[in-house]
Amino acid sequence: MPTPSQPGSGATGGIPDDAGAPDAPVTGAAASTSSSTTEGATATAPTTASTATAAAEATPSGTPAEQTSAERTGAGTALGKGATALRRRPWIAALFLLPALVVLGALVVYPIAFSLFRSFMNADGSSFVGLDNFTELFTDDNTLIAFRNNLVWVIVAPAVCTALGLIFAVLTEKVRWGTAFKLLVFMPMAISMLASGIIFRLVYEQDPERGVANAMWTTVHDTFAETSPWPGARPRTDAPLSISHGAYTTEQTVDASSPAHLPLVGIPPKEASEAAPAKKPAGAEGGKVTGTVWLDFVKGGRSEHGVIDQQEKALAGIKVEAVKDGRKVAEATTGEDGTFTLPAAADGAKLRMPASNFAAPYNGVDWLGPTLVTPAIIGSYVWMWAGFAMVLIAAGLAGVPRELLEQARVDGCNEWKVFRKVTVPLLAPVLGVVTVTLMINVLKIFDLVYVIAPGASQREANVLALQLYLKSFGGSPDQGAGSAIAVVLLLLVVPVMILNIRRLRRESRR
Amino acid sequence: MTTLTATGASSQPAAPAPETAAPKTSAAARVAAFTGHWAVRFALVVIGLFWLMPTAGLLSSSLRDPADVSISGWWNIFDLNGSFPWILNKDQLTTANYDALFANDQVMSSLWTTVLITVPATVLVVVIGALAGYAFAWMEFPGRDWWFLVVVGLLVVPVQVALVPVAKLFNTLGIFETTAGVVLFHTAFGLPFAIFLLRNFFAEIPRELLEAARLDGAGEIRLFTRVVLPLGGPAIASLGIFQFLWVWNDMLVALIFADSTNPPITVALQQQMRQFGNNIDVLAPGAFISMLVPLAVFFAFQKQFVSGVMAGSVK
Repeated sequence: MPTPSQPGSGATGGIPDDAGAPDAPVTGAAASTSSSTTEGATATAPTTASTATAAAEATPSGTPAEQTSAERTGAGTALGKGATALRRRPWIAALFLLPALVVLGALVVYPIAFSLFRSFMNADGSSFVGLDNFTELFTDDNTLIAFRNNLVWVIVAPAVCTALGLIFAVLTEKVRWGTAFKLLVFMPMAISMLASGIIFRLVYEQDPERGVANAMWTTVHDTFAETSPWPGARPRTDAPLSISHGAYTTEQTVDASSPAHLPLVGIPPKEASEAAPAKKPAGAEGGKVTGTVWLDFVKGGRSEHGVIDQQEKALAGIKVEAVKDGRKVAEATTGEDGTFTLPAAADGAKLRMPASNFAAPYNGVDWLGPTLVTPAIIGSYVWMWAGFAMVLIAAGLAGVPRELLEQARVDGCNEWKVFRKVTVPLLAPVLGVVTVTLMINVLKIFDLVYVIAPGASQREANVLALQLYLKSFGGSPDQGAGSAIAVVLLLLVVPVMILNIRRLRRESRR
Repeated sequence: MTTLTATGASSQPAAPAPETAAPKTSAAARVAAFTGHWAVRFALVVIGLFWLMPTAGLLSSSLRDPADVSISGWWNIFDLNGSFPWILNKDQLTTANYDALFANDQVMSSLWTTVLITVPATVLVVVIGALAGYAFAWMEFPGRDWWFLVVVGLLVVPVQVALVPVAKLFNTLGIFETTAGVVLFHTAFGLPFAIFLLRNFFAEIPRELLEAARLDGAGEIRLFTRVVLPLGGPAIASLGIFQFLWVWNDMLVALIFADSTNPPITVALQQQMRQFGNNIDVLAPGAFISMLVPLAVFFAFQKQFVSGVMAGSVK
């Protein structure tokens, strides 16, 4: 695998050996073909160690004179037929560099300067407003939400991606089809954030019947939480049951001598078609209170209200409580045939069927609602970028000396200890690079938020890059405020910029 | 450093241990390794399926009637009542969405716009970046290292910084909301990485090769086209693929700088997002089609892509 310039690996080669003397008319060819070195080279040769000083020396405006003299000496020594002389002609270099410099200058460097300038001007750029745009940034509610969310993003997303990447990289190491797994996890990196956004809008669909996230979540939820057996069941208006807070209570007290009848309706016949036919309770002995809960309804409507008819279905699994003076004294659950038996203590109590019997089914989580929208979008980001972390960490892992790990294992460390005490510390530089890269990436996050957050929760999902876009190009544009956000974003990446430059200089010094 | 001390410390009692405890630990270790592996494999399969699921959902949704999509989940393309290797439920599948998409001139022309933006932006970045990279690697000019540090500094500049100023500039130049403008913008923001990557790669070319060519009388341009470019192939491939995917997948730049009547596919689909539920029959197949090219590039050139990503991990 060609790794032209894996950062931090030293493979960059740094700035070539003649870097110390960028201005010196000495060339590789000259050095190898002739022993004569010019004054410039001898003067700078000892300082090769420091690129910075050399570069600093090279930049002053006095250079043109030196250049021409250098050129003259080049021509004067006449080494070969122009091969070396050509290299010394800065205008050739200028020609090679010109397109890049023009494009970078006009579309990257100048905009930075202009954004800085613009951030001190008012909305339409007509007058100077000092730091007003910046003070507005830190007082405007929407921007503050964006700041808060960006902070959450920058802390959570890179950490989760890196952690997952590390876990995946370590787990796949010894598995034969690890490459296939890596390919699968890495793949989302190749697709656009828009496509990912559409994908996750489908995933986070609220209705558990349609959105896979809620489908899984409700399944998990329902395995651990009690689900109501008959959501939506209710008494007929003429039934002797009163309704309060979703619970149904008998209007009369029950006594052990006659079974209680608790008729309900409101269940579509289709849903109850599997249920057993309702039965009158078998005669109870010992003063126990019995009764039946059933669906008091027959297709075609030929049924007497409040009476258990032949084809009527039992409502199994319903909790029935006996209540005396507001206190629960006993409880039972209806069986397959809808009957229940309460202990004698229930005699003279009112019967209550609590609301939990009829509560609407759990409908999952509102992923894209105001509270969860940012974590949900971070989830989609992790799906896209964990593969990136994994691939980089796996490459770093390949460079960890096997002997060290074996040694630790021989010494009796278990896998977890080896991982924690040997692998992770050795990978620290890679983990650092991955985290920093992801942080920069996350700082600029825009597409995912813009695409996934529905209009109603866009405000709650806001991030700086989105706020910048909305401010600068949305309704009633204020490019002054937009530029101020741009400047803040730029300031936030400056530390990394400096880090990169220092790393490069350190490498070139080696 | 901590690792060295850790292993150093633990290596001391290592010598006597194997003799006494070797058979026991190795047996235990073998069991542990076996169960460990079994569990690990299982976990990886589950995670892999989990990772695949969102994309499968998109593909499935793109192949279902929008009326079905609006009432049931994408997994209903499988006959879930059957026994485990679920069979596909044929009456849930239709290519109608794709047929409609291919007949939709707007979507097709926006795909073409994406190509018209992506190809020039990739070629320009490679050409301009290679020229500059070669100059930085093998030419001498005043302040070379200083200039290169500037380029490295520009690697992490967020695109957002340039949006307002460049919009103004393009307005003045009359290329705001044109394909040319989008291409130029992408070229500019692809260049720092291109120069960084190619310069570092070119710098590794053996000096003797260049000198031999020079002695043969090759000029800088011939040297560049005949020696440097062919040798730089792998890096150029990495860069090209990286830039290609970057531009193909972009939405933000196109949102601002592209012709809003004929935008690239990302923006065209984004415009339909407001009524997500109603437009799912366009969005799902559209998103899938727009993913095909990047995915094909990704699977065909994984290695180059990975090395590009690794090199770009400062971006």
